Amino acid sequence: MIDHASLLAVLPELILTVGGLALMLVAAFGGDRMTQVVNWLSVLTLAMAGAALACSLAHGPDAFDGLVRADAFSVYAKALIYAAAAAAILLAPRYFLAGGALRAEYPVLILFSSIGMGMMVSAGDLLTLYVGLEMQSLAAYVLASFMRQDERSSEAGLKYFVLGSLASGILLYGTALLYGFTGTTSFDGIAVAMSDGVGKGELFGMVFLLAGLAFKMSAVPFHMWTPDVYEGAPTPVTAFFGSAPKVAAMGLTVRVAIEALGPAGLDWQQIVIFVALASIVFGAVAAIGQTNIKRLMAYSSINNVGFALIGLAAGTPAGAAATMSYMAIYVVMTIGGFACILQMRDADGNPVESIASLAGLSQSRKGLAAAFAIFMFSMAGIPPLFGFWAKFLVFDAAVAANLTALAAFGIAASVIGAYYYLKIIKTIYFDEPAAAYEAKGGAVENVIMAACAAVIVFGYLLNPVLDRASAAAAASLF
Amino acid sequence: MIGLQHYMVVSAILFVMGVLGIFINRKNVIIILMAIELILLSVNINLVAFSAFLGDLVGQVFSMFVLTVAAGEAAIGLAILVIYFRGRGTIAVDDVNRMKG
Repeated sequence: MIDHASLLAVLPELILTVGGLALMLVAAFGGDRMTQVVNWLSVLTLAMAGAALACSLAHGPDAFDGLVRADAFSVYAKALIYAAAAAAILLAPRYFLAGGALRAEYPVLILFSSIGMGMMVSAGDLLTLYVGLEMQSLAAYVLASFMRQDERSSEAGLKYFVLGSLASGILLYGTALLYGFTGTTSFDGIAVAMSDGVGKGELFGMVFLLAGLAFKMSAVPFHMWTPDVYEGAPTPVTAFFGSAPKVAAMGLTVRVAIEALGPAGLDWQQIVIFVALASIVFGAVAAIGQTNIKRLMAYSSINNVGFALIGLAAGTPAGAAATMSYMAIYVVMTIGGFACILQMRDADGNPVESIASLAGLSQSRKGLAAAFAIFMFSMAGIPPLFGFWAKFLVFDAAVAANLTALAAFGIAASVIGAYYYLKIIKTIYFDEPAAAYEAKGGAVENVIMAACAAVIVFGYLLNPVLDRASAAAAASLF
Repeated sequence: MIGLQHYMVVSAILFVMGVLGIFINRKNVIIILMAIELILLSVNINLVAFSAFLGDLVGQVFSMFVLTVAAGEAAIGLAILVIYFRGRGTIAVDDVNRMKG
């Protein structure tokens, strides 16, 4: 029997599913000349799903007997995911046109991946968690190898697939152990079973589960796939990987850690602290020698995941809220950064990826150079920009939870990270000009870049809204 | 009498074999795909054993989902392998090295 009221709670997923399937048919019968139509219709579908989030919020916290959650947390994360996915669709056409791979499957795959990500952040049960994660991953493997003729793209897809499947296997082993030793797959049930002490089997299950999740958010020590996949995948796909799936994986981790593994808080706190510190330090140090901008962004994303995890390590409502605020600001910086990177094209319109080619950009493309500088300063956490606020929130939550040493170490490591961000700015503004880029970027790229830059510069005006939304999202977990 | 522990040991052995199959294997990518299947099936043994011993059906339902996803995963893995082979003409693991750093 179908619980009709519950359908309302998953209305965003239903819209995306129906829209995705219909658009796949359009793509199949219409061929590649329908690509632009499918692109815009996909964005429209995402917007409709975003509007339907109000419906699922009105439905209330649980649906389908607790399999799916429709609380403020899931709505917050889904709003971010849909926005990032829409931006990844809009940024793509010019890049794929230059590479001769402008195909209508790309937006459809992003839609399918978005369904999976939506399920991930609204999972209330290990089964929903697994199915959502796999839906997201399977679409992502295909996206990584989207430029079929490009050797690097197919290699990125292969590496992502092998390591991603391994991570899914590890995560699945953890869920099986958790199920066996707690006797249930629902998050609430696991929390109840764990509240009278954490047994060895449960501990093992938890570690395996967290290892799999750490892989999906590319946190050290499960980050090894990130640089290769980010470099090899087509740049719009890299922009997507750097934003939406990160939010989904982080949201899922926060929810699992707090809702299901809450009673084992002291146990996972140690793991999260280690992962956070290792990610921050490794991401910062390994990025220094990079010459490819996409590879650099990969290490930067590892670094940022570490900072976001500091909020989770605090384990308090304020900490979870800080993590979600961090992800919101991080997504804006990442999408904006990639809108800049996508405009790195030589005079013939072919994409270039080397950091050296940015030299002297400030003389030929003033707007692009300024936007680049804004995003890099923001990622480095330089005060007037919004990226500083994100870091401030997580450190504040850590200090409030008596993790002063962790916060101090994180701040020290963020100075190392600042080095390579500032190096890019130095290359852009002070180096001898390299060969000029093409004179003008695409209109859509410019609009997204300018919008993101405006959010980063004037972000503090958004603070009342962002703070309240993050606090409400975090409150629904505790 | 075969108890829950026996199933768990078998499952753990298969799981470790699968993981080693991915990391030690230096031959070709097909073997990696087989190792991935091995991991998923070891989890299935665990799930079904737990389900039987707990007297709870959820584990068996879960294992059905795992089988379905494993089929989809294998299909996508082979598809990626085919386009990789078309571009490179080899599926040896040691040749997967266009990117380093």
